[in-house]
Amino acid sequence: MMTETDAISIAGLVKSFGPARALNGLDLVVRTGEVHGFLGPNGAGKSTTIRILLGLMRPDAGTARLLGGDPWTQTAELHRRLAYVPGDVTLWPNLSGGEAIDLLGRLRGSLDRRRRDELIERFDLDPRKKGRTYSKGNRQKVALVAALASDAELLILDEPTSGLDPLMEEVFRQTIQEVRRAGDRTVLLSSHILSEVEALCDRITIIRDGRTVETGTMAELRHLTRTSIDAELAGPPDGLAGLPGVHGLRADGGRVRFSVDAAALDLALRHLTQAGVRSLVSRPPTLEELFLRHYDRATANLKGRHAEAGR
Amino acid sequence: MNAFAGTGKLIRLVLRRDRVLLPLWVAFICMIPVVFVGAFTGAYPTAEARQHYYETSVHTRAFTIAYGVLNGSSLGELVAWRSGFVTFMVALFALLTVIRHTRTEEAAGRRELVGATAVSRHADLAATLIVTCGAALVLGVASALALIGQGLPAAGSLALGLGFTVAGCVFGAIGAVTAQLTTGAGGARAIGISTLGAAILLRGVGDVAAQSGDGPAWVTWLTPLGWAEALRPYSGERWWVLALAAGAVLALIVLAVALSERRDLGAGMFQARLGPAAAGPRLRSPLALAWRLHRGPLISRLAGLALVGLVVGAMSASLGTLMDNSGAAAREALARLGGPGTLVDQFLAPMMTMLGLVSAGFAIQAALLLRNEERDGRAEPLLATPVRRLRWAGSHFAFILLGPALGLIAFGTAAGLAHGLNTGDVARELSRLLAAALVQLPVVWVFTGVAFALFGLLPRLVAGTFAVAMVSMLLGWVGQELQLDQWVINLSVFEHVPKLPGGVMTATPLIVMTVVAAALVAAGLAGFTRRDMPTT
Ligand SMILES: Nc1ncnc2c1ncn2[C@@H]1O[C@H](COP(=O)(O)OP(=O)(O)O)[C@@H](O)[C@H]1O
Ligand SMILES: [Mg+2]
Repeated sequence: MMTETDAISIAGLVKSFGPARALNGLDLVVRTGEVHGFLGPNGAGKSTTIRILLGLMRPDAGTARLLGGDPWTQTAELHRRLAYVPGDVTLWPNLSGGEAIDLLGRLRGSLDRRRRDELIERFDLDPRKKGRTYSKGNRQKVALVAALASDAELLILDEPTSGLDPLMEEVFRQTIQEVRRAGDRTVLLSSHILSEVEALCDRITIIRDGRTVETGTMAELRHLTRTSIDAELAGPPDGLAGLPGVHGLRADGGRVRFSVDAAALDLALRHLTQAGVRSLVSRPPTLEELFLRHYDRATANLKGRHAEAGR
Repeated sequence: MNAFAGTGKLIRLVLRRDRVLLPLWVAFICMIPVVFVGAFTGAYPTAEARQHYYETSVHTRAFTIAYGVLNGSSLGELVAWRSGFVTFMVALFALLTVIRHTRTEEAAGRRELVGATAVSRHADLAATLIVTCGAALVLGVASALALIGQGLPAAGSLALGLGFTVAGCVFGAIGAVTAQLTTGAGGARAIGISTLGAAILLRGVGDVAAQSGDGPAWVTWLTPLGWAEALRPYSGERWWVLALAAGAVLALIVLAVALSERRDLGAGMFQARLGPAAAGPRLRSPLALAWRLHRGPLISRLAGLALVGLVVGAMSASLGTLMDNSGAAAREALARLGGPGTLVDQFLAPMMTMLGLVSAGFAIQAALLLRNEERDGRAEPLLATPVRRLRWAGSHFAFILLGPALGLIAFGTAAGLAHGLNTGDVARELSRLLAAALVQLPVVWVFTGVAFALFGLLPRLVAGTFAVAMVSMLLGWVGQELQLDQWVINLSVFEHVPKLPGGVMTATPLIVMTVVAAALVAAGLAGFTRRDMPTT
């Protein structure tokens, strides 16, 4: 029975390399047809997760389902339906980029020639160069063209824009936007470029140290985060500092700056209007801030643990 | 900026990266001559015994080719002679070290990283050469001190040690030149190793001629390996040879720097051309890809082996004549030795053993190509297509398995033809030498098997197959002198290959080796289907 609507579903995934735990109970669900952002700092376990999905590595515990199948046992069948761009693309030194694109396409069993040529044009790639003479960005383009020119229903892209210049990054974004609009493909996009994920993805999953820390739509995740407020007031903001949910308050003459949890926003704004607002700038949380908060928490935890150990 | 600025920093980097390998290697080499001192004083304690050993050995061509000219029967002369093959090893190590720290780094893009810091363009070459030549010098002096410690004459010990240094420095400098020629490290290594092979061959020809007192003894002087020998340790040292070697090293370095100046970073003298914009119709399977990857090295190996085969075959008959002319004493000594077959076969049989070792090396290199596809990340996108693991590994396996067979056929055919044309019986020599070459195949496959087993089970150690092959060869080579137990010598697989041409052909060891190889390959493939990819 393959009536699942999820392209990828991972639960409780654990993977160790010797003593080091790369994945520590990771969960990830990617719904069919969505562009899913897979975010995490370097070494968080993104590539390891993807390799397990591709049947290249076997998890120590937990389950991974891909397109309704088992990635380890049904490898070849599943691979017919997906295209993959590795995080660190290396090419065969004595094959030209065009040859590499065609070879990968033929091995996968599908390559749209017209689309291939169009993508080569768009990414401004010289397909005649030998693999060893491409720069990192150009190697990345070769892998991207090979994947995007296929008619695979699932695209797995591991940090695909690392090494691309801003111009090419924009081309990549446009291409993925088109895929998203067409709506007939699922994309798993691993990244640590937050603005990219913010711009492209329907839903995102944030992982750290091999564990899922947040997952949801951008709107849902914004919910969890703080809005930054920068206001000029007529009088002193009485009681604002004491409000639960207000953080990092700095008052400088008539000017106050702070960040506030979504739940406390209403109350905080009422305090401001009571004092009399002359000007107000509010910024919605960016993914950066969301991310930094997780870092902060991680380092805070670490410090806490060190302090305990020190005692 | 000074052309060599930053060399000091890079020397530290090179030393740090080789901090384990380099000292181990130096210590290992220093021990070999000392071991021979012990072996010779143990086995031939009196001057008469050594004289006797001298007489039987001096006209055995296989010995002359492996170790060089034997000048006399003193303990020092015997030790120096027996350490002759050490110069090959030092030369090979120096060559590979220099290429590893220059072209390999550059091809991997790490030189760009270093080059972007305050380091000048020749600094990496300078640092690598300084470390390599420095290590060769340390090795030479340490060997000399160790031998002096054993009570051997100081001058001779120093000459022997400096002979190693000469081999290391010259071949290090040759490595520096070859590293400028090609864009890939593999190509540079192939050119360097071919040069070493030619040097070994020339030295063999010259030494056999010198030892028999007839023929082109001067060709020894064409090879840096011959210079190490020409120092004549313990036998009237000729120190001026050192000046010749130093001049050659200097000239080679100047050449390397000049070549390096003429090219861009990442480029070679032999430039990479543009390729096709689209793949040809045949490039559509893992096998087609494997052919593209293996064909370059395969064709150059076949050509090299055929060429060496021709030279060896052409030399055989004339060497036989030389030996026959070299006097009654020599013939009597040879008869006492009771070696199998004719004089020529005595020359050819060890050549075939060398062929087996070299072909094993080629097989291991081919297996490493597969491993490097994984390590460098090129296997991953392939295995994310519907291509199954076994199909991918199998496509390389075809070349790893059959490539060496083709090489042996090329060598045997060329040698048989050349020798047959000399003797006038092509049919006989062709079949004899072809058979002698092909009996090496099972031993080559054993190392293919070892490499595959490691690939499947302990992938990080595949390159260690080279060490297994080396140790296996050395056990056979030095085992007798060290009077090791026969079972230890038997550990060397090369000992079990029938000594053809001339020896007795026994099928059993060949069958056993083939079965062992097949079992090793099967174990490797079974492990490979279960393990994580990529293991880096
Ligand atoms: N083959 C491997 N052997 C050992 N450790 C590994 C291997 N692959 C990944 N790791 C480790 O697992 C952790 C997660 O790595 P990875 O999945 O590559 O992270 P990311 O892709 O998010 O940067 C890292 O600490 C990394 O060092
Ligand atoms: Mg990664």
